[in-house]
Amino acid sequence: MNIWLALQDPNTQWVLMGCVLLGISSGVLGCFAFLRGRSLVGDALAHAALPGVCLVYLLTGSKSIGLFLIGAGVAGLLATYCITAISRHTRIKEDTSLALTLSVFFGVGIVLLTHIQHSASGNQSGLDKFLFGQAASLVFTDVITIMLVAAVLIVITALLFKEFTLLSFDPGFGRGLGFPMGLLDGLLMLMLLMSVVIGLQAVGVVLVAAMLIAPAVTARYWTDKLSKMVLLSGFFGALSGVLGTLISTQQENLPTGPTIVLSATAFFLFSLLFSPRRGVLARMARFLRMRKKVLREDVMQALYERLEEQTKSRPTSVYHGFGAEQLAQKCGKRATAVRKALYDLQKLAFVSEPSRTEVETLWTFTPEGLKEAHRLVLNQRLWDLYHMNQNQYHSLEIDVNQEELAPQLSDATLSLMLAQLNAYDLTPRLSDHHSVSHLLHPSKQGGLSL
Amino acid sequence: MTMTSQKAPLVVKDLTVAYQKKPVLRSVHIEVPEGKLIGIIGPNGAGKSTFIKAVQGLIPIASGETEIYGKPYKQQRKLVGYVPQRESVDWDFPTDALDVVLMGRYGRLGWFRRPGKADRDFALECLSKVGMADYANRQISQLSGGQQQRVFLARALAQEAQLYFMDEPFAGVDAATERAIIQLLNELKQQKKTVLVVHHDLQTVEEYFDWTILLNRRVIAAGPTHEAFTPENLQKTYGGRLHVLGNQVLLTGSAATEEASAQ
Repeated sequence: MNIWLALQDPNTQWVLMGCVLLGISSGVLGCFAFLRGRSLVGDALAHAALPGVCLVYLLTGSKSIGLFLIGAGVAGLLATYCITAISRHTRIKEDTSLALTLSVFFGVGIVLLTHIQHSASGNQSGLDKFLFGQAASLVFTDVITIMLVAAVLIVITALLFKEFTLLSFDPGFGRGLGFPMGLLDGLLMLMLLMSVVIGLQAVGVVLVAAMLIAPAVTARYWTDKLSKMVLLSGFFGALSGVLGTLISTQQENLPTGPTIVLSATAFFLFSLLFSPRRGVLARMARFLRMRKKVLREDVMQALYERLEEQTKSRPTSVYHGFGAEQLAQKCGKRATAVRKALYDLQKLAFVSEPSRTEVETLWTFTPEGLKEAHRLVLNQRLWDLYHMNQNQYHSLEIDVNQEELAPQLSDATLSLMLAQLNAYDLTPRLSDHHSVSHLLHPSKQGGLSL
Repeated sequence: MTMTSQKAPLVVKDLTVAYQKKPVLRSVHIEVPEGKLIGIIGPNGAGKSTFIKAVQGLIPIASGETEIYGKPYKQQRKLVGYVPQRESVDWDFPTDALDVVLMGRYGRLGWFRRPGKADRDFALECLSKVGMADYANRQISQLSGGQQQRVFLARALAQEAQLYFMDEPFAGVDAATERAIIQLLNELKQQKKTVLVVHHDLQTVEEYFDWTILLNRRVIAAGPTHEAFTPENLQKTYGGRLHVLGNQVLLTGSAATEEASAQ
């Protein structure tokens, strides 16, 4: 109810509009900063802006956002210059020079800010809001400036989408095409700086960088396409801007910056966990499924190969199946894991327990299970053969990441490979269950001699 | 076209490149003929990649100039295609194979314009030329190393250039890709295009390239492969590290082993 009332207030509406545009523009630009590996630059620029803003206030005594823009811009450019100059002319690496510049500028900013606070007119200056942001303190002209700058940033990004893509993916190639990559890089920096500056009053120096990065990282979880990522990132940016602003206007003395950042972080955490392809949970589930599948296949293969040995050495003997222990030995896994896989396979009707001795359960294939195991083993051995004779087969277009080899082969090659398997005595022969029916699913007496 | 074919596709005059104080390439003069596959070979750190980057103006140079078909490089950019080393980009970038190939069209599009349907069709055609049409919508991190290399080649094809620079296109690719690349290079040659390839594998030089440039901080030899790719020139390029036995080339540890085997 309270929120509804707040929304009726024209002032809040304006502030919200400003925050939406702010969120969109920083979200969109943040994508390129993030992909260009410039995630920290926004932070450095924001911290560097503080002394610029304070100096402008000290010199002019005005709180116009336009003037602040200029002051923060100059300070930001100086900081950018320092960062690149330090890493270029000394042995200090870029991350160190970034940290150095950031803290020095911020330190100077805090000193100036304290000075302003203690001076005569300082108490009303409201500059302390610049630390953590106070969207409610925005006045109409501020909002207009924010909206104008944000709109310009969005339009430029839309126009230069292709060029910025090149810049963040392959600047060397872009330079080869004749695009001035240095200039574009500088322009991107300048745009980042502008989006940081218009965010200062609403979000604050300390956290404005999060507006750039959090939506971009969040969006990355939901798409593999840059165009979609940029749109999504703008959307997340706008949404967290709105949420943060609304929450902070509801509460006396609750700064906007932290609430915006917290809502952006909430989106990020949600994506980190639940994104269907890149999310932690999806990955974990994929990994566990994979592990289970591999375990099952290994157990099937072990059982198959045991049967194979059996039929080779004693083709006609009576035979009850194999215990989990034996299979575990064969494939080198723990017996408990093998037992679990066997019960899973039993549910799939691939194996059955023909007999149960006092010590353990003996397992063998059902006819379907044997068919499946034959397919598995054949595929496995074809791959082995392929890798063994890679020189012979290197002219084939084989995607080694695919699971099955046979469907990728021509009939001629397949029969060549099968012949080769035969020559190595590796052909899995237990395919037709009639020939080995005495090994399978035997009668209740536990086996039938032929 | 009639005018361009009279001039050499690439003339490099007095090219010197220096990182910090140390010159990496010193006064390179080269003039390459049209419609040839040209291998650039030399030991590690000989400045092979530096050479093709400097020629294209991708890195600052200390001196020198490049002419493409008789005009300064800057005016002829559209005639040049480039395949950088595969490791030079982040393959986890949110884009698919087709979009990467489309980047090859960006130079022709110029500022602000977006690629249209015709460009997409052309990019798809380039992808199918390298046998990757089925992978057009695959995220690029899901491609194997060889497939990524082919995407880079398709991107260069999309540039519709006359002169190509390729930085180790054969490095770390599977045999199928290697053959696909060679086939493509020969097609380019038939279309009278000139291709300069930074190459590592000495065994295949004679098989692949019509022309060879031996490079070790300066040009040791350049010319038709049968003239330039000789044991003496290789010795000069690789120094004691190379051992030549008949038509076979062996890399050995140092000059000492050479003496030992001579005794």
